[in-house]
Amino acid sequence: MDAFTKHTGKVVPYDMPNVDTDQIIPARFLKKIDRVGFGELLFYELRYEEDGSPKPGFILNQPRYAGGTVLVSGPQFGIGSSREHAPWAIQQYGFRVVIAPSFGDIFRNNCYQNGLLPVMLDAAEVDTIIARAQEIQGYEVTVDLEAQQVTDGHGLAASFDIDPFRKENLVQGLDDIGLTLQNEAAIDAFESANA
Amino acid sequence: MAPKTMFEKIWDAHVVREEEGKPSLLYVDLHLVHEVTSPQAFDGLRLNNRRIRRLDKTVAVADHNVPTNDRDKPLTDEVSKAQLEAMQRNADEFGLEYHDMFSEKQGIVHVIGPEQGRTQPGMIIVCGDSHTATHGAVGAMAFGIGTSEVEHVLATQCIWQAKPKTMEVRVDGALGFGVTPKDVILAIIGKIGTSGGIGHAIEYTGSVFRDMSMEGRMTVCNMSIEAGARTGMVAPDEKTFAYLKGREYAPKGEDWDAAVERWTALRTDPDARFDTVVTLDAADIQPQVTWGTNPAQVLPVGGRVPTPDEFESSQEQTAVEKALAYMGLNGGERIQDIPIDTVFIGSCTNSRIEDLRAAAAVAKGKQKADSVRALVVPGSWAVKQQAEEEGLDQVFTDAGFEWRDAGCSMCLAMNPDRLAPGERSASTSNRNFEGRQGPGGRTHLVSPPMAAAAAIAGHFVDVRELN
Ligand code: SF4
Repeated sequence: MDAFTKHTGKVVPYDMPNVDTDQIIPARFLKKIDRVGFGELLFYELRYEEDGSPKPGFILNQPRYAGGTVLVSGPQFGIGSSREHAPWAIQQYGFRVVIAPSFGDIFRNNCYQNGLLPVMLDAAEVDTIIARAQEIQGYEVTVDLEAQQVTDGHGLAASFDIDPFRKENLVQGLDDIGLTLQNEAAIDAFESANA
Repeated sequence: MAPKTMFEKIWDAHVVREEEGKPSLLYVDLHLVHEVTSPQAFDGLRLNNRRIRRLDKTVAVADHNVPTNDRDKPLTDEVSKAQLEAMQRNADEFGLEYHDMFSEKQGIVHVIGPEQGRTQPGMIIVCGDSHTATHGAVGAMAFGIGTSEVEHVLATQCIWQAKPKTMEVRVDGALGFGVTPKDVILAIIGKIGTSGGIGHAIEYTGSVFRDMSMEGRMTVCNMSIEAGARTGMVAPDEKTFAYLKGREYAPKGEDWDAAVERWTALRTDPDARFDTVVTLDAADIQPQVTWGTNPAQVLPVGGRVPTPDEFESSQEQTAVEKALAYMGLNGGERIQDIPIDTVFIGSCTNSRIEDLRAAAAVAKGKQKADSVRALVVPGSWAVKQQAEEEGLDQVFTDAGFEWRDAGCSMCLAMNPDRLAPGERSASTSNRNFEGRQGPGGRTHLVSPPMAAAAAIAGHFVDVRELN
């Protein structure tokens, strides 16, 4: 897993509440048995016509948002199915951060597992970012995980909360399993006590 | 000792490691694996030279991809085939118990767990599937996990979890005629919304759940995730014990008596407090039909589809407009005037024997409308067999419904059963998201009797008005 400390990148504002994981990556693409190639499939139904050509109106198809690395969306982003393919698709498209007022629980966990940073900000702050991204061509934000802050060059300074454990793992790019196996003695003890 | 909720008791009994302000490392008693969310997890194990820590607490089954008819023919979908083959290979290589689509123990993962007595009160149960809360119906803490977590549990038999808050959803009173557990959970989601339960573990309490059958409780717990909750559970009682007794993997003899004693002690203490309490009155709950593209967009069957101007915020209005456009509705029409062309009775929400009985009772002696295709897909081989012994298959086929083999089927568009663009279903499954049952497909969630009634009429009808 790549470590995450601080990231500056272009914002893609997808102003929509309740973006569920079926929209992020439709179920029929879950059949792949490898872990790559999901970036092209991100938001497939919304992004492509039936013949596979891009839908011009959709946000990811607008040239001004090309190369975006910070996805910003409405409340309850990532609700629904537990598919980890959702964060994979978002990450493999090129995003490093998703900002929203709230997230689906499983989705948020899945993000942490993959070094994709989910950032929860107040709805008003998210609205500000979305409005600025729509107004200002090439609008960027800086997400500083260590300082737990999102800033832009226009006066925004929004802090966010993150579980210290998740933060530590992200900052160090630590794999959860390795970390858990450091507790193997405790697991053994639990098993013999409950056998 | 401070009084505790059932959730807290189960949580505390599973802590392997705990540190203030950090997620806890919890021990997992049962890990259910299926073919869709596991291949990359096995790859990860291989890559790091890791084994499955507890094969005796892990079982795999094929459900999402499997065709529900013509199983003797080769699979036509190359990718489904690849995924099922990968599951078989992984099971062989790691020595994992696996039930492929020809096994008598095959079925939807959330149907076979309780049915085989693997799912037991007080357990922590995980599965790479968001509807894992189904198992909470017996008084277990069951929740969905992602693929990296599947790998983690395979390797360590543990999972890191931040402690959720607790929520009591209390429904007292008696349900009216024709009102099912599905209607209860849809009404709850309609009330608290798809985010009402975020960050919470729900315990369903009150006379409605006490009086409800085990299978009904499973239907309710199953959809906890649609209210945003991490998990949902019902306290174990005499019904739970009667349900589990004698099932293959349930404790036997003296172990059984000891287990019942332990399980009884799991119930929430009288003075325990929940962080959030929601109450509904059973008498207010009517048969429900969803009209939009999330399960909270739901109405009683007598209602009319809303129009955007009935909502306050502009964000809500946009969302409603978008949902109506996707669903091909104008807003303002009576639910009962909406014609449907497909009926799906199945899924881990509503594919158990009681669901099939309830649907068959409506279909018996009737004919489906000519314009409708109706599928009945039992949740497991065992359910299928039982239904056939009771002659339910005959009732359905006489009424023009198709009778299938067990699997997830049209709950999600991963196998041959799916909606074509623009098709509209009355479905007993749990998600009406855009494209869930096939790209461009339109889903209305209902109970099994409501689905059967819609198949016969060709549009929604109020089951209470059938004779
Ligand atoms: S029936 Fe549907 S919701 Fe249930 S496990 Fe299968 S795909 Fe998931």
